[in-house]
Amino acid sequence: MSATVADMHDSHDHHGPVHTGIKRWLFATNHKDIGTLYLVFALVMLFVGGLMALIIRAELFQPGLQFVDPDFFNQMTTMHALIMVFGMIMPAFAGFANWMIPMMIGAPDMALPRLNNWSFWLLPFAATLLVSTLFMPGGAPASGWTLYPPLVLQTGDAFPFAIFAIHLLGISSIMAAINIIVTILNLRTPSMSLLQMPMFVWSWLITAYLLILVMPVLAGGVTMLLMDQFFGTSFFEAAGGGDPVLFQHIFWFFGHPEVYIIILPAFGIISHVIPAFSRKPLFGHNAMVYATACIAFLSCVVWAHHMFTVGMPLAGQMFFMFATMLIAIPTGVKIFNWTATMWQGALTFETPMLFAIAFLFLFTIGGFTGVMMAMVPLDFQYHDSYFIVAHFHYVLVPGALFGAIAGCYFWLPKWTGHMYDERLGKIHFWLTTIFVNLTFFPQHFVGLAGMPRRIPDYAVQFTNFNMMSSIGAFGFGFSQLLLVYVIYKCVKGGAKATAEVWDNPEGLEWTVPSPAPYHTFEVPPVYTPRYGATH
Amino acid sequence: MNRFWMPLLGSLFAAPAAHADWAVNLPVGVTDISAQTFDLHMFAFWICVGIGVVVFGAMIIAMFRFRKSQGVQPATWSHNTVAEIIWTVIPIVILLVLAIPTARALVEIEDTRGTEMSIKITGYQWKWHYEYIGEDVGFFSTLARASNEARRRGSNIDPKTVPNYLLDVDRPLVIPVDTKIRYLITANDVLHSWWMPAFAVKKDAVPGFINEGWFKVNEAGTYRGQCAEICGKDHGFMPVVVEVLSKKDYAAWLAAQKSGKAG
Ligand code: HEM
Ligand SMILES: [Cu+2]
Ligand SMILES: [Cu+2]
Repeated sequence: MSATVADMHDSHDHHGPVHTGIKRWLFATNHKDIGTLYLVFALVMLFVGGLMALIIRAELFQPGLQFVDPDFFNQMTTMHALIMVFGMIMPAFAGFANWMIPMMIGAPDMALPRLNNWSFWLLPFAATLLVSTLFMPGGAPASGWTLYPPLVLQTGDAFPFAIFAIHLLGISSIMAAINIIVTILNLRTPSMSLLQMPMFVWSWLITAYLLILVMPVLAGGVTMLLMDQFFGTSFFEAAGGGDPVLFQHIFWFFGHPEVYIIILPAFGIISHVIPAFSRKPLFGHNAMVYATACIAFLSCVVWAHHMFTVGMPLAGQMFFMFATMLIAIPTGVKIFNWTATMWQGALTFETPMLFAIAFLFLFTIGGFTGVMMAMVPLDFQYHDSYFIVAHFHYVLVPGALFGAIAGCYFWLPKWTGHMYDERLGKIHFWLTTIFVNLTFFPQHFVGLAGMPRRIPDYAVQFTNFNMMSSIGAFGFGFSQLLLVYVIYKCVKGGAKATAEVWDNPEGLEWTVPSPAPYHTFEVPPVYTPRYGATH
Repeated sequence: MNRFWMPLLGSLFAAPAAHADWAVNLPVGVTDISAQTFDLHMFAFWICVGIGVVVFGAMIIAMFRFRKSQGVQPATWSHNTVAEIIWTVIPIVILLVLAIPTARALVEIEDTRGTEMSIKITGYQWKWHYEYIGEDVGFFSTLARASNEARRRGSNIDPKTVPNYLLDVDRPLVIPVDTKIRYLITANDVLHSWWMPAFAVKKDAVPGFINEGWFKVNEAGTYRGQCAEICGKDHGFMPVVVEVLSKKDYAAWLAAQKSGKAG
């Protein structure tokens, strides 16, 4: 065996990239390079989408219109959401997938490296196209990210460009999903059984199937919009025999699984961070796998809980209410299992663990409001109010984004070979966590008190909580500059990281040196589960 | 500058709960359904608080008791079938406890039998039209002038000086108290949604389709809400205002409308 390795040493660019400079990135086929590209892109988009959020929050700081016109405000809410969902959080997790999945399953690279290159390089173009719609006559789409007709059909010249951008983003996601599935199923080291796969890998495998299932549905839906606009069809127009509500069904058939596409990889990351800093195996690994699969399945049959007010028959409302409530059960199992993982462990609180613990608390709050909104008569009050805005930001920001940040601190030493600055990391954690709550918690209150979402101006009794929210948002935004600085500093230098980085965490990725060599696992490693066979 | 910072300072020092500026909860409202919705909401809220105390409590205990700095040795177990069964079954029971009264309330909300009069609501970009079916009375309801002037960029009018800023219309919907009223709702251009928090009613207005529902208001008064479905640039500026009159006053109002029309 050592002979083979030696041969490959000679015949292969074993130590580094073939190209240097910009070409290294343009023609990248190495999973680590592409992972880095994805992560950097996501970080840039975090600030682009964040800037839009700050424009929104500046306008909402006090009643009256101070900075922008209502139409531009609506463009901001639309673009902010589309960029954060398709340009920031999904690429971020694709970056983690690229970097970590091959190293976790003992694979030399992603199975389809050229496809991988294309999946990534579609993104900057799609995002640029999307942002450029802001400068077209009539401005960007202003219908909200849900793109409901007939309103979305009032978009100006930007309409077909925005649809095309969504198609490109969708194609990119589908290709990434195919690549991930093929990699996991075909390149896994033979000594690792499916059930032995680490939770991050499992989460992504399930996420990838969800992506392949629902992205084409979104593509179909937006194509029907395009046809209605330009080719005289009337899928969504009553006068021609269509139905505007049909689009909502199509959108949410994509949209609800989409929210789980966003959160499942974060669940995966949290399932690595908590055991590592509890120095104890993940509680109920197999139950976690089944719960994830269960969530994914249920997420496909609850979509109409976003549409309780459209006028559904009673039986339909009942079905979607009960199905939605059911999701809380596997979600609860995950929360309980993470808590049980900490129980009787030996905990330390490095930055990744702090973010993971904040995730546990704050994601659970989002879960509570989720269950409340599943109760139809209550949703009649909550729907399209700021209460919903609070719900989904709790699950998306201290949920999905905190998962990504935790993963970033957790694996940064493995990627760069240096420890990040722990003190700055902790400061970043506290600033972020305080401001995220200051931003989103008061939104529950104004929502309940009657403030609708997606409005540029509001009645004066909502002023106080909106001010808090705006202050929180600016604090949150500026705190993220610290994250950039910590990453920059860690890339540039710092204490040398060992192969294990932390206190003997479990997983193949910790058996390779830090920084991880350009090529890892050219020969499948032998995987031996640390805690004996799982059952 | 002052206009910018004073409200901020005010928000920091004003006594909480002194006035509506600090409203943090749903209104109880003025219909049986809205009161029932409020009770369910509080029920769900307290159940969530209860679960929160247990779950967050366990997390906090774990964080304090099982710290490496206290010299604990980590355990190696990773299964406990009894615990797993318990924390699957208990949530199922809790959800059933929530779901049953909710389903009952929902059946009641959807029961449109026995309504005494009907109105038709139509959403337009950006106003509402109300029509009293069978009475030959109908009118548009648009944002009140004072609000409409103050809300323009650069108007230099402080919204706080405008009565019911953004929640006032030129002509409210007028209805009688203690009457089960059926509403039919549709839209003329894009989607809108008619939201009246005090009645716990929110229903989408869909162009080309008619949705229906009902409310029965127990107290005379003026109630305010807003469009809840994004409908274009002035989505934030098409309030819903309903004036509820005694049956006698309503009859007089209706008669005046009709004679006004005739005359
Ligand atoms: C316990 C689990 C959850 C339940 C029961 C739940 C339930 C709901 C319900 C009923 C709505 C519709 C509310 C309305 O519009 O009236 C909603 C909205 C939403 N949820 Fe959740 N949810 C859960 C978890 C999540 C997760 C994990 C995410 C994403 C990470 C998420 C993201 C969203 C988003 C983005 C919306 C709003 C979409 C929009 O209207 O723009 N939710 N949720
Ligand atoms: Cu959903
Ligand atoms: Cu509207």
